[in-house]
Amino acid sequence: MQNVPVAHFEWRLTVLSTVAIVALSASVPRCKAIDANCEAIHEVDLRKDVVMTKEELQKTANEVRKGIVTAVHAAKSGHPGGSLSSADIFTYLFFEEMNVDPKDPKKADRDRFVLSKGHNAPGLYSVLAERGFFPKEDLTTLRHTGSYLQGHPDMKHIPGVDMSSGSLGQGLSAAVGMALAAKIDNKDYRTYCLCGDGEIQEGQIWEAAMFAGAKKLDNLCVIVDNNGLQIDGPIDEVNNPYPIDKKFEAFNFHVINIDGNNMDDIKKAFDEAKTVKGMPTAVIAKTVKGKGVSFMENKAGWHGKAPNDEEFATAMSDLEKAGAV
Amino acid sequence: MSEVKKIATRESYGNALAKFGAEYPDLVVLDADLANATKTQIFKNAFPDRFFDCGIAEANMTGIAAGLATCGKIPFISSFAMFAAGRNFEQVRNSIGYPQLNVKIGATHAGITVGEDGATHQSLEDIALMRTIPGMTVIVPADDTEVFAAVKAAIEHKGPVYLRFSRAASPVFYDPETLKFEIGKGITLREGNDIAIIACGVEVNYALEAADRLEKDGVKARVIDMHTIKPLDKDLVLKAAAETGKIFTVEEATVIGGLGSAVAETVSENNPVPVYRIGVNDVFGESGPWAELMKKYKLDADGIYEQIKAKL
Repeated sequence: MQNVPVAHFEWRLTVLSTVAIVALSASVPRCKAIDANCEAIHEVDLRKDVVMTKEELQKTANEVRKGIVTAVHAAKSGHPGGSLSSADIFTYLFFEEMNVDPKDPKKADRDRFVLSKGHNAPGLYSVLAERGFFPKEDLTTLRHTGSYLQGHPDMKHIPGVDMSSGSLGQGLSAAVGMALAAKIDNKDYRTYCLCGDGEIQEGQIWEAAMFAGAKKLDNLCVIVDNNGLQIDGPIDEVNNPYPIDKKFEAFNFHVINIDGNNMDDIKKAFDEAKTVKGMPTAVIAKTVKGKGVSFMENKAGWHGKAPNDEEFATAMSDLEKAGAV
Repeated sequence: MSEVKKIATRESYGNALAKFGAEYPDLVVLDADLANATKTQIFKNAFPDRFFDCGIAEANMTGIAAGLATCGKIPFISSFAMFAAGRNFEQVRNSIGYPQLNVKIGATHAGITVGEDGATHQSLEDIALMRTIPGMTVIVPADDTEVFAAVKAAIEHKGPVYLRFSRAASPVFYDPETLKFEIGKGITLREGNDIAIIACGVEVNYALEAADRLEKDGVKARVIDMHTIKPLDKDLVLKAAAETGKIFTVEEATVIGGLGSAVAETVSENNPVPVYRIGVNDVFGESGPWAELMKKYKLDADGIYEQIKAKL
């Protein structure tokens, strides 16, 4: 166990009253807080008590990627490409940004998350497992008959899933409803919604965006995973949604363009979003589809395909190497 | 003879929402630019902070309601049945039905009694569509009194409910003091063992009139108000099948997939007796004053009487 504040990385340092130590094994969602004699005193929830370093978040994102590949390989189907492109955003949201508690997934005042691009369920499930909402071993039951890990998010059976989703275009409306509920009740929880850049071709996205802008839902943060590819090819060839940022601006959103695979950028965007008053925020996150797995990167073909055994071994090897850095 | 009070069930719906708004603080109402027509305006006037106009965007309204329901609200969403159930089918199925969220769909202007607006706005398929969604309760109230009871029952029922209302004014025949309304329990309004007429919505009153005329011909018709199409009161249907041996269903909707189909499915699987489905026979509606359309499509008392006589 070691404390690793990183000099060039201007984040809040790891803090706990006396000695706050984070397990560098980022695969552990909770870690032992230890006293001055290096004795474990109790389990702490990383989100509540400890701010993770950039390196820890990156390592965690790498673990999330391993979970994605493992789950999709075991399912022999599923959507690795977009799950991998979103892995850094998933990780930052669930480990750093959002007020959620794996021990109390339905906590009334928790921040909400809606995966509007529901086919990236492997990404969501992997980060939820990593965060401790359910056992990581269960990821290999993804899409299996009888498993609670349905092909698309199912709020009825999966701890940590706030909304069932998967039919593209519908999740953002539900997120808007959650943000509206917070306004009605004068609650300060925030709602986050991850959309795909192909998904925003759906008209309902813009119905929801219009309402969110018109009602000044500044407790809503939409993230568009702009990996540039959809099933039939590059998004600008299939049905060009660009400029995405200008469109959200026109719908009265505060817009932030970032590199969605860069933890510094992600942190800055979510910090900025919280300061915005009177309008919702859209984070347009430029990402690499298949990020982290060499042969999947920037390949539309890996949108919805599982790796075979050989490809799985290569993918895990890529991720092991990335994690060892 | 004193004048019978007439009121459109959509008007009753707006009044009921406004009445129950005080009792149920989590009740919120959403509309899609039709608040004056669906009568949710009445709720808006009483509880402006709990009313949200989503503009002409029914799909989004449905999703917003789903999100509100996950946070403990009891949202009612309203539009014309064509849009609330038709345009919105997949949103209702996936965002409300699949997660079994506590959203109530108040669909007005159902059926051909929409009148002059014509076929594009006359939803005939909504009962059938909504009935196919697992866990969806489907209620078609017959008069003002029953609407109040149905709206209250829907608020207290945990889970999705589809409520179907009409544009045209219809007679009030239930007494609020004596009406015992329970979701899934049909109401026998008239006894008789020669035939059974099972109706819903605005057709219940016409069925009662038709039964009066049949009695003059010596035919004693049992009349059942089957306000809940799903879950269907199978016991009451099978009792009618056993005791009358011939069933007529009447609905202001397509004969495909709605009340008639639900009754026929139950009867054919348990005690096959003839079931004749009276409704709109696999055609679109058209423009015209609603009463004329009801006559033309043989869905008023005369039309029902004629169609039943032809099968006796």
